[in-house]
Amino acid sequence: MTIGINEFIIVSSLLFLVGLFGVIFRRNTIIIYMSIELMLNAINLALVAFSRYNNAMDGAIFVFFIMTVAAAEVAVGLAIIVMLYRQKQTVLVNELNQLKG
Amino acid sequence: MIDFLFYIFASLMLFSALAMVLNKNAVNSAMCMIVALVSTAGLFVLLEAYFLAILQVLVYAGAVMVLFLFIIMLLDVDKEENYEYLKHKFAFIARLIGFSLLFFLVFNSFSETHLPSTELVQITNEGEAGTIAFSNTAKSFGQILFTKYMLPFQVIGFLLLVAMIGVIVISKKQSTSTDTGK
Repeated sequence: MTIGINEFIIVSSLLFLVGLFGVIFRRNTIIIYMSIELMLNAINLALVAFSRYNNAMDGAIFVFFIMTVAAAEVAVGLAIIVMLYRQKQTVLVNELNQLKG
Repeated sequence: MIDFLFYIFASLMLFSALAMVLNKNAVNSAMCMIVALVSTAGLFVLLEAYFLAILQVLVYAGAVMVLFLFIIMLLDVDKEENYEYLKHKFAFIARLIGFSLLFFLVFNSFSETHLPSTELVQITNEGEAGTIAFSNTAKSFGQILFTKYMLPFQVIGFLLLVAMIGVIVISKKQSTSTDTGK
C-alpha cells in the first residue's frame, strides 16, 4: 500500500481538531463528553500508526491502556452528569454556573 | 485497493465526526459517533492491528456508546442551546487569535518532514534490540502485557475498580442526601 504514516497522522490530527471544536463550541455536556472520546480516539489512531511505523509493540499496548482509561472516565463522567441533572435539571454548561467561574 | 479503503474509511470517519459535532439532536450525534468509531476500527484493520480493531468495536462502539445512548434517553437532553456567547466582541477577538495560532501551529508542523521515510514497515518477527516487534496476533498482546507492562496492567485494573466504586458512591450518596433533605 502506498499510504504512509503521513496520511494517517494528518487524518488523526483532523479528527482531533473536530473533537476540539466540539469541546469548544458545543454547550451540551454529553456532546462535549463525546468530543473528548473523539479526541482520545484520534490519539489512538496516531499511536497505532507510529507503532506500526517504528515496528515496536509499545504504542499498540498504550492504545489498550487509553481505551481502558476512557471507559472508566466515561462511566464516572456520566454518573456526574446524571447527578448534575438531578440537581439543576439541565446539562447545558452555560447554565451550570454556581461556581461563578 | 487498500489505498481506496483508506480514503473511504478516513472520509467516513471525518464526516461522521463532523456530523456528530454539528448535529442538534443528541441521539443523532451518538449514532454518528458510532459510525466514526467503527470507521476508526476499519483504519486499525488497515494498519494490521486486528486485536485493537475488535477491541475498538466491542468497547467503544459497543459498551461506551450504549452507555451514552442510555444516558441521553434517560435525561431527555434535547434542550435548545444558546449561542448568544458567540456574538460577544471579546469572543470574536479570542476566536481570531485562537484560530490564527492554530493554523500557525499546524502549517509549521507540516511544512517540512523530519521522517527519514514515510513507508509503513512490513511486519517481521524481530524488532530492533530492546523493543518488541509489532505483531498482529492477540497472543503477543498477552505476552507483552504480562512481562514488560505488568505493573501498568495491574494499575489499570485497579483504576477500573476505583472507577466502579466511584460511580456507585456518586450515584448512591445523591439519593440518600435528597432523602434526608426532604
